[in-house]
Amino acid sequence: MIRARLTRRAFLRVGVAAGGGLLIGFPWAPGIGESGTRAAFSPNAWLTVHPDGRVDLRVASSEMGQGVLTGIAMLIADELEADWSRVRAKQAPAAPDFANPLMGRQQTGGSTAIRGFWRVAREAGAVGRELLVEAAAARWGVDAGECLARRGVVIHEPTGRRLDYGVLAAAAARLPVPEAVFLKEPEEFRLIGRSQPRLDTPQKVDGSARFGLDVRLPGMWTAVVARSPTLGGRLRGFDARAARAVPGVRAVFPIESGVAVLADHFWAAAQGREALRVHWDPGPHAGVDSAAIERNFAEGLAHGGVVERETGDVDRTVREGRFVEALYRVPYQAHACMEPMNATADVRADGCDLYLPTQAQTASQETAMRLTGLPRERVRVHTTFLGGGFGRRSEQDFVREAVQCSMKAGRPVQVVWSREDDLTHDVYRPATLNRMRGVLDGKGRIVSWEHNIAGPSILARVAPDRVRGGRDPTSVEGAANLPYAIPNLRVTYALVEAPVPVGFWRSVGASQNAYVTECFLDELIAEAGADPVERRLELLRDRPRHRRVLELAAGRAGWGDALPEGRAHGVAVAESFGSVVAQVAEVSIDAGRVRVHRVVCAVDCGIAVNPDLIGQQMESAVVFGLTATLKGAITVRAGRVEQRNFDTFALLRLDECPRIEVHIVPGTDPPGGVGEPGVPPVAPAVANAVFALTGRPVRSLPIRVAG
Amino acid sequence: MVELQVNGRRVEVSLPGEAPLLWALRDGLRFTGTKYGCGIGLCGVCTVLLDGEPVRSCLTPLASVSGRSILTIEGLSPDRSHPVQRAWIAEQVPQCGYCQSGQILTAVALLARHPRPTDAQIDAALSAVLCRCGTYPRIRRAVRRAAGLMAGEAAS
Ligand code: FES
Ligand code: FES
Repeated sequence: MIRARLTRRAFLRVGVAAGGGLLIGFPWAPGIGESGTRAAFSPNAWLTVHPDGRVDLRVASSEMGQGVLTGIAMLIADELEADWSRVRAKQAPAAPDFANPLMGRQQTGGSTAIRGFWRVAREAGAVGRELLVEAAAARWGVDAGECLARRGVVIHEPTGRRLDYGVLAAAAARLPVPEAVFLKEPEEFRLIGRSQPRLDTPQKVDGSARFGLDVRLPGMWTAVVARSPTLGGRLRGFDARAARAVPGVRAVFPIESGVAVLADHFWAAAQGREALRVHWDPGPHAGVDSAAIERNFAEGLAHGGVVERETGDVDRTVREGRFVEALYRVPYQAHACMEPMNATADVRADGCDLYLPTQAQTASQETAMRLTGLPRERVRVHTTFLGGGFGRRSEQDFVREAVQCSMKAGRPVQVVWSREDDLTHDVYRPATLNRMRGVLDGKGRIVSWEHNIAGPSILARVAPDRVRGGRDPTSVEGAANLPYAIPNLRVTYALVEAPVPVGFWRSVGASQNAYVTECFLDELIAEAGADPVERRLELLRDRPRHRRVLELAAGRAGWGDALPEGRAHGVAVAESFGSVVAQVAEVSIDAGRVRVHRVVCAVDCGIAVNPDLIGQQMESAVVFGLTATLKGAITVRAGRVEQRNFDTFALLRLDECPRIEVHIVPGTDPPGGVGEPGVPPVAPAVANAVFALTGRPVRSLPIRVAG
Repeated sequence: MVELQVNGRRVEVSLPGEAPLLWALRDGLRFTGTKYGCGIGLCGVCTVLLDGEPVRSCLTPLASVSGRSILTIEGLSPDRSHPVQRAWIAEQVPQCGYCQSGQILTAVALLARHPRPTDAQIDAALSAVLCRCGTYPRIRRAVRRAAGLMAGEAAS
């Protein structure tokens, strides 16, 4: 173990839980005072050791399928030396103490949960362990150094005496917080690094897991909102007579986003909305379609953009070798979380309760504060399970609607989005147009690389102060940090506004840029007559992590071995969110239909906290990526999003799912992200296999081949 | 008022007869384990068993099922002991979990019809339910495991 000073010692509090348990938390927690004072059970405690030995943990990050409830609980429980079978984890309320250290806010995104809480969560657990050991030593009148914590008990090694954590909790709660604690070395981890079953699995096989849409409050009405059918349209007026006549409809009123119809249940609200007559001002974008948006992108490229990275002299090398140029298009994509957007708010004069499937507790709290005028401590956020998130649930649109409806109705209201609402009023993964230029020298070596990106910016909408002089770090993720050793290189970005709102979508900029760069790289490698894996390994000579995953994936996939007739391999590697992932896809084309038979995935994410969960997330990423690669896209016509349900925005189905094999590179570095990094290599690995089969590069998504 | 038989119990629900069973279950009776995903029969997360057959409750008018036996996820077992639930836990299938009631009930119906399903039968049956989280590889494994568990139970 290594002795480490507590990063947050000044803030850490220890208290006595109701019934005499040990409570460890931070000062904002009401009820936790100075060390040793009595405190009632506080929901803000990070961990509570109950007198019967049960351990309750609060997890700040939102469980949206990625397994974070289990992952963070493992970090705390490992250092606490808790008995895993007695550990329960719940979502924490919104409170400053639960801010993700990497973001300064309580928010789940950017694959930061494990990375952000890696240190603090383990410290909280270690404090608990040391206090329990000290309490046991005091009880026995021995030196704490002779005692050892193991699986929920403290053992006095010389005599073999044992005391259960539960028995020690009350005494431990009266001890002062230590200055520093011992943190385990990686080889001492007992839970971390070993697959543990997810804590939320039981609730998710018997229907008891409560999602946002499952919240039921006394007196609650269900609201659906009629929103502008065109992007940027405005409400002119409405006639609610027929809507009000629908049995079960209770109220109809305008809110910021449109006209809300409130009823006893969803069915009545939806019928009411059907009956509603709304007059919309179509707004300035009613004539816009996808082709017009792309023309703007092309103009953006023609005007040139800001230089995001430059080495060597790209302009000179263009004249000195074999020149290859290509235009790559990436379309808008919807999140299509299986649980459509929704929020439940109960606003009263003295406070507000929000029941949210949200990735953004701090922002949601602030949304309600602004709308109601209530102070922070009067706005309570209850995070439910999220039926998918993928970035969509960091938004505030559905929260605003619920708060506004509850304020006007004077009772709890659940705003429910239909699937049509969800797909037509998403914030979409940006579309981009990319001009690629590469130059090969006489020996077929890539001597020059230029990547010009044109497209809208997510940050310009959500955090405009982070876009300086037209530079936008998220739009060039995976492009500006191209890992390959190419002597002359330039990456530019032209910010082109479009009426389609854009947002964070699982793996963000890397989701487009890995596709574009890895496919264009295969074009250059083909031009040189080289092997995609071998040539990548040469170009990655200074990137050991990339090389390792590439070698692992290629080796396990049998790269270079003979494949059945009509099949080909494609490969791609991409780094994002602190992890590197390589994938090899085995693909065939059958009557114009691309079939992916097998995907071999290798990931280096540092210490693998829960290997089975990492496997799950890689499988998840492959399926998510395949939908965007093979199935659909979001397009606009007459100012409207054309895709309204799963008939026109299809998702990959089980019978289209390939065999997926995941291999994890053993690592000892602090963990990297896991939720997103598996997505970027999927599209280029499949597209490169299609290129190998047809000889024609795939320059736009989703992949369409002539039948 | 429509009378239904849900999970072996007679219940009354006060939604109109043309309302879909889905909303009667979720809003009228508070069986929220049955989920809404698309409302037009495309995603399968609203699947319940009607006299043992999987149906999409979002397209099933309440009046049409009056008096017939409806099984929702809540009625599958009192303690997650149904072989399909046990297999689902063993294979660690759920991620976000939202689609899983529909997946599990679809698997239950498949195994009732084909106790030893082929891979093609599993693919065909379970393609009826979408999963945005991509739990498909584990669903395949879990259905095979459940078939094994059920065969073991039948033999003993
Ligand atoms: S909600 Fe019934 S099939 Fe989608
Ligand atoms: S587990 Fe999330 S949609 Fe299937």
